[in-house]
Amino acid sequence: MSKASRTGITAPTNAKKDSIIEIRAIAQHDMETGFRYTEDGKRIPRDIIRLFSCRYNNEEVFRADFYSGIGANPLIIFTTVAIASGTIECRWIGDNGYEAVNQVNITVS
Amino acid sequence: MKTSPLCKQWLYVLFAIMIAQSVFATEIVKVSRQSSYQLMTAENQAMQDDLNLNPALFWLMDGHSIWKEKTGNKNVSCASCHGDSGKKMSGAATQFPKILRGKLQTLEGQINQCRVSQQDAPALTYESKELLALTTFVANQSKGMPITIQETPLNTKDLQQGKQFFNERMGQLNLSCAQCHQDRASLKLGGSLIPQGHSTAYPIYRIEWQTMGSLQRRLRNCMSGVRAKQFEYGSTEMAQLELYLMWRASGMPLETPGVRP
Repeated sequence: MSKASRTGITAPTNAKKDSIIEIRAIAQHDMETGFRYTEDGKRIPRDIIRLFSCRYNNEEVFRADFYSGIGANPLIIFTTVAIASGTIECRWIGDNGYEAVNQVNITVS
Repeated sequence: MKTSPLCKQWLYVLFAIMIAQSVFATEIVKVSRQSSYQLMTAENQAMQDDLNLNPALFWLMDGHSIWKEKTGNKNVSCASCHGDSGKKMSGAATQFPKILRGKLQTLEGQINQCRVSQQDAPALTYESKELLALTTFVANQSKGMPITIQETPLNTKDLQQGKQFFNERMGQLNLSCAQCHQDRASLKLGGSLIPQGHSTAYPIYRIEWQTMGSLQRRLRNCMSGVRAKQFEYGSTEMAQLELYLMWRASGMPLETPGVRP
């Protein structure tokens, strides 16, 4: 898995203060389980995302541990409350030094 | 015996119906054709429709970068000839497989042909990430456009061969494509509905595969399912079968990149 994998975050650009907003985060990743073998019987080493976390204005609002059972290109949808304008930053950390960061801006009125 | 004009008209109608029946006896009538999109759950349909949910978006983006990347001994990119946006490829995917310089060429085959002759770069491996990404990017330019494959004097031989493959029993289970995807379409195999088998959304993101795959991968899937010897990737047989399927789906809108369960 290349370290420069693509990620995407979908969140509203504008929201009313104290409203519930939906955030969708998807990362391009093979999520190789480590339980599969090649045709000549060699084990394919595990290569998965281990941790996903989302910070809203530098405060963690969501965190999830990922395991082998999670499919490729994982999509995670969660909600939070729009508190103030600022940035929503998502971070994916995984095996073999995988790390991807992406962020979007939100304006709260 | 003299027949009245009204009677004559009826005879014509009767004849027309008989001819139509003989033509469509084994084909799915055009109006009742259905993309397997319509058999999917609402969640999977949403996944295909919303590009923020559709993982194929990553292949589209990768495809666009490869499109603009200079490569090969001639150091040119696809974009050098065909433009940066790829919009010039609009409609291209609706015409493949197509006879080019006397050879039946699939979209993947044509991309590789262009790479070898115009860029002087090695051909991409079938089913590689790069080839899937480029094919997805090119086919996506025709999204929503109807498939336009017609029978012509040029392709008729290949089309008939493809039709024969479709109707021919194969493998240890001794089944033809037509027995499931024509005669038993919309009935059930195990728990799932049998689709009519229209190739309208390829390359697809198949959730079972956890990745993008080409029509040929899907066909090989079915072939191994009936325990037949699979046609090789990029072979003439594959191209002929693809041609027949696209002809059969002619007029239906292209959905690339599709999502399938």
